Amino acid sequence: MLWEIDIYPAAGQPDLAGRAVAAAAADFQLAGQLAVHSAYGYLLEGDLQAADAERLARELLADTVVETVCVAPVGCSSLAQPPAAVDQAARLVHVLLKPGVMDPVAQSARQAIADFGLPVDEVRTFRKHWIAGLDESGVRTLASRVLANDSIEQVVAGPLRLERLRLGSNYRFELCHVPLRELDDNGLARLSREGQLYLTLVEMWTIQQHFRELGRDPTDAELETVAQTWSEHCSHKTLAGRIAYRDERGSRRFDNMLKETIFAATQQLRKQWGPADWCVSVFKDNAGIVRFDDQYNVVFKVETHNHPSALEPYGGANTGIGGVIRDPMGTGLGAKPVCNTDVFCFAPPDTPADSLPPGVLHPRRVMKGVVSGVRDYGNRMGIPTVNGAVYFDPRYLGNPLVYCGNVGLIPRDCSDKAPHVGDWIVVLGGRTGRDGIHGATFSSAELTSESESVSGGAVQIGNAITEKMVLDVLLAARDRRLFHAVTDCGAGGLSSAVGEMGEEIGAEVWLDKAPLKYDGLSYTEIWISEAQERMVLAVPPATWDEFHALCASEGVEATILGQFVPTGRLVLKYHGEIVGDLAMSFLHEGRPPVVREAIYEPRPERPLAASTAAASPPSAATGTPSAATPSAATTASQDSGETLTRILSSLNVASKEWIIRQYDHEVQGGSVIKPLVGVANDGPSDAAVIRPVLGSRRGLAIACGMNPRFGDLDPYHMAAGAIDEAVRNCVAVGADPSRIAILDNFCWGYTDRPETLGALVRAALACYDSAIALETPFISGKDSLNNEFSYLVDGQKRTIAIPSTLLISALGQVEDVARCVTMDLKQPGNLLYQVGVTRDELGGSHFALVRGLEGGRVPRVDAAAAKRLFAAVHAAIAAGAVRSCHDLSEGGLAVTLAEMAFAGGLGARATLAAVPAELPMVPANSPVDSGAVDEFDIRLFSESHTRFVCEVPVAKRHEFTALLAAVPHALIGEVLDEPRLIVHDRPDSPAPRINASTAVLKEAWQAPLRW
Amino acid sequence: MPSPRVLILRAPGTNCDLETAHAFKLAGATTEACHINRLLAEPELLDQFQILCLPGGFSYGDDIAAGRILANQFRHHLIEPLSRFRDRGSLILGICNGFQILIKSGVLLADEPAGAPATLTWNGGGLFQDRWVNLRTASDRCVFLRGIDRLYLPIAHAEGKFVTRDHATLERLRAAGQLALCYATPAGNDSGAGSSAADSSAADSSAADSSAATSALPFPDNPNGAWGNVAGVCDATGRVFGLMPHPERHIDPTHHPRWTRLPERTAGDGLKLFQNAVEYFA
Repeated sequence: MLWEIDIYPAAGQPDLAGRAVAAAAADFQLAGQLAVHSAYGYLLEGDLQAADAERLARELLADTVVETVCVAPVGCSSLAQPPAAVDQAARLVHVLLKPGVMDPVAQSARQAIADFGLPVDEVRTFRKHWIAGLDESGVRTLASRVLANDSIEQVVAGPLRLERLRLGSNYRFELCHVPLRELDDNGLARLSREGQLYLTLVEMWTIQQHFRELGRDPTDAELETVAQTWSEHCSHKTLAGRIAYRDERGSRRFDNMLKETIFAATQQLRKQWGPADWCVSVFKDNAGIVRFDDQYNVVFKVETHNHPSALEPYGGANTGIGGVIRDPMGTGLGAKPVCNTDVFCFAPPDTPADSLPPGVLHPRRVMKGVVSGVRDYGNRMGIPTVNGAVYFDPRYLGNPLVYCGNVGLIPRDCSDKAPHVGDWIVVLGGRTGRDGIHGATFSSAELTSESESVSGGAVQIGNAITEKMVLDVLLAARDRRLFHAVTDCGAGGLSSAVGEMGEEIGAEVWLDKAPLKYDGLSYTEIWISEAQERMVLAVPPATWDEFHALCASEGVEATILGQFVPTGRLVLKYHGEIVGDLAMSFLHEGRPPVVREAIYEPRPERPLAASTAAASPPSAATGTPSAATPSAATTASQDSGETLTRILSSLNVASKEWIIRQYDHEVQGGSVIKPLVGVANDGPSDAAVIRPVLGSRRGLAIACGMNPRFGDLDPYHMAAGAIDEAVRNCVAVGADPSRIAILDNFCWGYTDRPETLGALVRAALACYDSAIALETPFISGKDSLNNEFSYLVDGQKRTIAIPSTLLISALGQVEDVARCVTMDLKQPGNLLYQVGVTRDELGGSHFALVRGLEGGRVPRVDAAAAKRLFAAVHAAIAAGAVRSCHDLSEGGLAVTLAEMAFAGGLGARATLAAVPAELPMVPANSPVDSGAVDEFDIRLFSESHTRFVCEVPVAKRHEFTALLAAVPHALIGEVLDEPRLIVHDRPDSPAPRINASTAVLKEAWQAPLRW
Repeated sequence: MPSPRVLILRAPGTNCDLETAHAFKLAGATTEACHINRLLAEPELLDQFQILCLPGGFSYGDDIAAGRILANQFRHHLIEPLSRFRDRGSLILGICNGFQILIKSGVLLADEPAGAPATLTWNGGGLFQDRWVNLRTASDRCVFLRGIDRLYLPIAHAEGKFVTRDHATLERLRAAGQLALCYATPAGNDSGAGSSAADSSAADSSAADSSAATSALPFPDNPNGAWGNVAGVCDATGRVFGLMPHPERHIDPTHHPRWTRLPERTAGDGLKLFQNAVEYFA
């Protein structure tokens, strides 16, 4: 019997789901005032009487204080009857998750029903909408744009007519070989493509040669194992590969580009530091590890989940954060996650819906889905999301970026791991299903408008509570030392996890032992499934019973899946039959080296000048539509106050409070500096600070730096700038600049194009130079390549490549959190200092963006000077001489002063002539077209790096200036009681350049993304 | 005085257990974490404790509805041991998800013929919210709130809007002094009478549904549209208390979102609540 339980808001209760649908329909201009009534419900399959179903509805599934129910067998006419309040002509639409897609609510409901002692075998959930005022095709459009995502959900118009819910089918074992040895090049290429292996022809040759030598064809499981292990996602073969690089300074050949740039910097620093080295494990484990205090180390990792998020934003982001949390969990013997950081890149949410290429979800929908996906997983895991950023650019259309990061805390003596010969291979946590097959290989490919249909299996939804349960038992087992090693089951599933863990020993795996979500999976599907929430452990036989009992006591499934055996081989068995047998050495060292060409040609520096309409991007990332239009660019000298307002309203700068408040940023009880600070708890903090150890005063600062606009001008300076920004954000809240570790996350376009790869190498060179000069080590990193979206227009292939995007994430340390400062102005009469030098660097600035200007000089970092400056600012903060501190970034000094003032509920006065600046007196070859910009615009809006504004009490003035004696700084103004920002060019200027109410500035900053 | 023993109940998805235990320890209690599976197997464990605390989190993912599944486990297996526990003079505290569990299990407010008299449902704005709120103690019945007039604490929830089955129920609970803790304006006012719902874009259109009868303050002073601005409820004895805000997140002075603007303090507002629980047994 199949019962349907519909749950509606009771009379007088708000229909939140219906309102949300109507609002989204209005957002997408599908209907102005849509009348939607929404319900949700459950399908229950089992031998239930009507009274049983009714009881479950009232006592478990619905809340009768605020909801009403309609219970009937599926197909019963009462379920198709519009409720009283609904237009009787309304159309009925159901939305269900496709069979096999993770449905945590259904899973929990099934267990909760079991507690009633009622025989329910299967549960599915659905949403139900009554829509009035749209015709059938209108409803279809609404369904595809708003109600459902075809990659995971199905839409049923009219009443539901299902007969059964149970999934799965019988599986008949049949060993499958892939006849590879006889294939020609075309055949190999087709096999790679159609089998979703995404291997290159050279790699296919290597595999072919290997099996010719063995005198047999590979099994499907073997071929898949190689494809997973050699995938870009798992092996980073491009960046860790051979590259012939050429730029204006000459050419350089890398055997392993990452090793010779980013890793090399860290190695050099560690050597230089000798016994004072505070790195513990870098670029080795699932996350980088550094020293924290006498008891603990901290670990940090940031990953991306771009391609899944493009297809299914909620699920992609959901499993993105779920996946990166498993990295610290799978580092050493398991770290406890203590905070998350999330950075997103989207196309502007006001992109016209009718301008979207086929296969592209609207950026507003992508953004909402991504934010809620991260929210639902991070909050459920009980990990505070404390830091982040959102960046907008039209080129992220079709290929949004979703960076998710996690910091963990680990006892110092748990920071190493190694499986021992004889240990059981144990899988812990979620069951294995058909979900996520080919995620690793898929993520390494370029997205197309067809991706959704080809790769739907790669899209998943997570179940955070399963992961939380795994985390709880993992840490308990760690503290009892019940296992020797742990790693996460991520891309490539068991094939990667077991393959990596057993690399030095050898492993035998019994695939038939894997607990499955449903019947019917082949041995290969089991092996490569990327089902979420699984960890693989090496558990010694001696502690297995205790380990298993611990897991059982908290309802977590732990299963022996094989054994680490000293054979140097990876042997796969299914019910005793060998279905795969590969040498570990072939798997991990057999991949053919690829030499890639990389070229960087510097763009000639052009003066900052009005952009030609043809060259301007289709829609600039600004909040006000007018700001992007060329006409705005033509008025050369605009009012600076107006420019400031528009920068504050530009999407990259505008307040992200709507997102931040949806994330629990205080769980775990260690919050010190929140993402929103100031007198009304709504100013933009430079970095977050937490106390990860309750009862200790030592803190961690988490921040990031990123600015793809600079990359358009020169990726070297973009990278150096992002590092500077991440570090200065940490320093601004009080972190010690000699203890900041950083991560690199490259998201790039199609790196088989030498120019695209060249831009990346150039950025990596900057990473090396900056890390060495600042003594700021990289401890881990990750890259995501081929971030391009292609589609066909009239048979012609069009491609949108993302801007080269490097995220630098920083993890700083604070000795005593009581010394931290925030960015909001504190006290009228206090003095305002600018620390750091302003240069003529408006290239890529937000000033240029809102004024429609192009060209100009990209900001450059003098890293040696930056190191001295960071140390001096830190000394001043540590001495208690600074009441507030804010870095200068997008929008320069003007935005910094405005933000400090409105966050503090106070005002500020500043004089631009006092600003420490190195500005040539407008020589003939100035990159500034003097008609467009004057010197004071530069002082106000330049985005030169390594600058801060510090608020200093008069009584601390001498102490402050003494500590800053060796670095450029100057008194530029003071804090006002009156809530206005008043900026003069010179002390004797008759009229101020800016005289604005901070309330007006704040509104400009808050309004655009106040959704 | 021997320090009272607190059982911190864990379930799949509980995630505020460690900081809540820390707060109790700072207040002078002894704590022990216990998984729900163990308590289900050995309900007599309760005999060893004076205080039961249900910390925040997402028990069973808040699947179906926040706290519902654990609440049903209480209903099916623990009602009897829990009433015994309460009747021997012990304290029960539910924070956030713990409050949701207490109210949905009938432990806090006994069922009526029509079912539960009240619930905690979706925030008026429809979204999870992390924000700090001003609170005022609205009755002298609750043991945990003794000597507390005002509190400043964070909320972090999606389903925290307190709603009663009807308005008479709200009035009855108020008259009985059970609506112990209310959202308030920064000035400490919790009477929204006469205020129309409409602060805002951000949000709480639901306030419009019920504001006239339930005197809800506008968003964000009342962050979720709770009827009567109710943030916390106690039972008739005052010894069983549930609240949506998180007192364990305002223990240290640096928890306060504006601590860098404030004079130095020794503790956050929330600690007093845990101290009250400990002192009750002095």
